Amino acid sequence: MTDILLSLLILAGALFTFVGSLGLARLRDFYTRLHGPTKATTLGVGCLLVASAVYFSLEGGSLSLHEVLVTLFLFITAPVSAHLLAKAALHLKVKSLAPPPDRPAPGPARD
Amino acid sequence: MLDTVIPIAYGLVTLAFLLSFWRLVRGPDAPDRILALDTLYVNTIAFLVLLGIHLGSALYFEAALLIAMMGFVGTVALCKYLLRGDLIE
Amino acid sequence: MKRLPQLPSRKKTPAFYALRRVKACMPHPLLSLSLTVLWLLLVNSFSAGALVLGALLGWLIPFATSRFWPEAISVRHPGVLLRFLGVFAWDIVRGSFQVAGLILLGPARLRPAFVEVPLALKTDLGISLLANTISLTPGTVSAQLSADRQLLLVHTLNTDDPAALVAEIKQRYETPLRQIFEEGDA
Repeated sequence: MTDILLSLLILAGALFTFVGSLGLARLRDFYTRLHGPTKATTLGVGCLLVASAVYFSLEGGSLSLHEVLVTLFLFITAPVSAHLLAKAALHLKVKSLAPPPDRPAPGPARD
Repeated sequence: MLDTVIPIAYGLVTLAFLLSFWRLVRGPDAPDRILALDTLYVNTIAFLVLLGIHLGSALYFEAALLIAMMGFVGTVALCKYLLRGDLIE
Repeated sequence: MKRLPQLPSRKKTPAFYALRRVKACMPHPLLSLSLTVLWLLLVNSFSAGALVLGALLGWLIPFATSRFWPEAISVRHPGVLLRFLGVFAWDIVRGSFQVAGLILLGPARLRPAFVEVPLALKTDLGISLLANTISLTPGTVSAQLSADRQLLLVHTLNTDDPAALVAEIKQRYETPLRQIFEEGDA
């Protein structure tokens, strides 16, 4: 039973991690690429860490919760880095598919 | 069951590494590369956690914690450089 | 904006003085509690020794860092906070599935847009919590706060109706955050 739960968590975690990076490689402008690593990858690593906590709690016989620390840390820092990156990109006027609001739309969006 | 799932997970995380690395090399802008570095360190944490489960050792956890902290500080420092370096020069 | 910690009762009852004494020897009870829990997680054990050392650190560190915390954080509606945390956790999962789906469908279908959210929140804590919540929940990343702190620029991955998105953000996240951290301040 716990074996199935662990396998599901590990598989989900690895899949989300992969999809996050796929988004990073596949999407067409910086701002859309930002979404993959911020959400999918963070949840993926979160799933893996929960799997690790469950695994070591069962294996070691005593509760192992310090994985929660990394999970919390990642969930707090991911939006902060995303915000800073978006801010830096806006500052550098990185090419965007969506028209940024303080500038007129830069003609038809190109790839 | 775990013995079949863990190799699949290794494969997926390795592919994630390769895709992030491709974005790191390709660019095209500085924020893209920083985002790729950011993703790479999160992928490293995922890989270390998997390795910990696979080998049944809790030692890798400390490394994961340190990478998480250092990686975040690095990302913030690089972004701050982009935000301020341009203003000064 | 430096203010004295808000006390629930203005009347100088014995409870008022007792509360003030507690505030004097533990200025940030929530911070102390989180630091203790953090310490227990870090050493990964719940032995009495770890608990005592953690409680000691949780008590002392707020004094050493009190200059970083000019405003005392107080939670006004614990029930609303719990409901908000539930909605938040659910939206993280929902958001990740949605973003994963959009990525797998491919870039051609995306309708990215920048959206401006007018803020009703005033405090640093409220605004940063809202910005982080937006970044972790479905299809949106907060990108920039305007200099006058009135507008939050949000990038969304896929939307047809920006006005509905703004309304959803305000109703789903901003209203509970205001109730929890700011009600009575404004």
